[in-house]
Amino acid sequence: MSNETRFQAFLSEAGELSRFAARFVSQCLRPRYEVAEFIRQCYIIGYQSLPLVGLTGFIMGLVLTLQLRPSMVDYGVESQLPAIVGIAIVREIGPVITALIFAGKIGSSIGAELGSMKVTEQIDAMEVSGTNPFKYLVVTRVMAAICMLPILSVLGDAISLYGAYLGVNVRGATSFHLFWVEVVDSLAFNDVLPAFIKTFFFGFAVGIIGCFKGYNSKKGTEGVGHSANSAVVLSSVVIFILDLLAVQITDLLGFN
Amino acid sequence: MALSETVMKISHLYKSFGNNHVLNDFNFELYKGENVVVLGKSGSGKSVLIKCIIGLLKPDQGTIDVFDQCINDMDDAELDKVRARVGFLFQSNALYDSMTVRENLEFPLRRHWIEVTQEEVNQMVTEALEDVGLEHTIDMMPIELSGGMRKRIALARTLILKPDIILYDEPTTGLDSITGSEIISLMIEIKKKYNTSSLIISHDMNCVRRASDRVVVLYDGMCYATGTYAFLQNHTDPKVKQFFEQDFKL
Repeated sequence: MSNETRFQAFLSEAGELSRFAARFVSQCLRPRYEVAEFIRQCYIIGYQSLPLVGLTGFIMGLVLTLQLRPSMVDYGVESQLPAIVGIAIVREIGPVITALIFAGKIGSSIGAELGSMKVTEQIDAMEVSGTNPFKYLVVTRVMAAICMLPILSVLGDAISLYGAYLGVNVRGATSFHLFWVEVVDSLAFNDVLPAFIKTFFFGFAVGIIGCFKGYNSKKGTEGVGHSANSAVVLSSVVIFILDLLAVQITDLLGFN
Repeated sequence: MALSETVMKISHLYKSFGNNHVLNDFNFELYKGENVVVLGKSGSGKSVLIKCIIGLLKPDQGTIDVFDQCINDMDDAELDKVRARVGFLFQSNALYDSMTVRENLEFPLRRHWIEVTQEEVNQMVTEALEDVGLEHTIDMMPIELSGGMRKRIALARTLILKPDIILYDEPTTGLDSITGSEIISLMIEIKKKYNTSSLIISHDMNCVRRASDRVVVLYDGMCYATGTYAFLQNHTDPKVKQFFEQDFKL
């Protein structure tokens, strides 16, 4: 495939994805609202992702602290370790790592599930059964991803900070109260709010890309695997792009 | 058989995908209590036809009247009312993997906003499963069932709304000859019990012979020939004859 054809294919897919996202916005505003399915998806997408997000967050906090400590000791600012780790986790690493884990688990799961439903005519069967499949399958999943990722991110940050606290205590003795006060004192409103807001966009990106890839799955079972894989790859890239944009915007708005 | 009431009428139907003209001035009528098999080669547009009838595909031209209502320009709400009276058995069964057999059967009842109590729902589910002889599978997942059982469950889901018309898309494809034969017998029993009209898409000649009151040969996107199985079997046109010669070889 020539570079020109690849670029055309990229633009075509970007256009399709934009149309899909616009359809999501228009459909989620109109009744009938699939509340029961939305709650079920919140349970699957949110609650069932918590152990993985918690485990990775805990390890990330612990490792980050252990890796930072030698440099902090060299510069004689070991006492600033909780503050530095707290800012790093809350502002950047926590939301992005949680979103990437979320993309890996939920993006692939949505892509594979909807892709499988597409190739086995289950989506057509829903339509025949008096159900708007876009509303029932796409709107509920994307809304659940938008609502659940910020919550997971906050919980992930908290668990990660606990990991950091244990990391601080591997070679030192700091009470949890003192560690917590150091972290909270170092954080400003400008650190927390933009980081929290961007997780809604990360959730939207993971949900809409997973659904788009699955809903437009082709070529039978091979297509299902491709949908799951490309959903993870694309949503991971989009998370980084959104993060870059978020940093620029918050900078322009004077939040940094 | 006295055929009177027309339940479905297709007039001058055209459907293309790019330069591929799949349906090309297709005309057809289905009468009440009649089983019609649409016979055609693979890729001749049989599944496209059935998907146009249920509103999953929009035709390029022509009209489809179901119960004297043109479905072409219906909105989703109107189309859902018609779909509640038209059952569709998918070639791949299309059972929802994440739901039990009971939930699969309850799904169309709940989604079509039919006002029924839970007790009535239970009764309808049990009755539909009895019709296909699989009452014991009610709490099983589709993955636990064999291919033939899945086809029967899909048929039970189609039957649960007591449709006036049933559309069967390749009902015996992927099944062994014995199981396929059982499905055909079931289709014949259902027609007798509920007096449904059926449009059956198939290229399985055993299904064509046993289940049809009338056969329509789909060729070049049009209704090329129509008549009873016996009539078409003795047809002199080579395009019609080829299907029955193949049957002879089988």
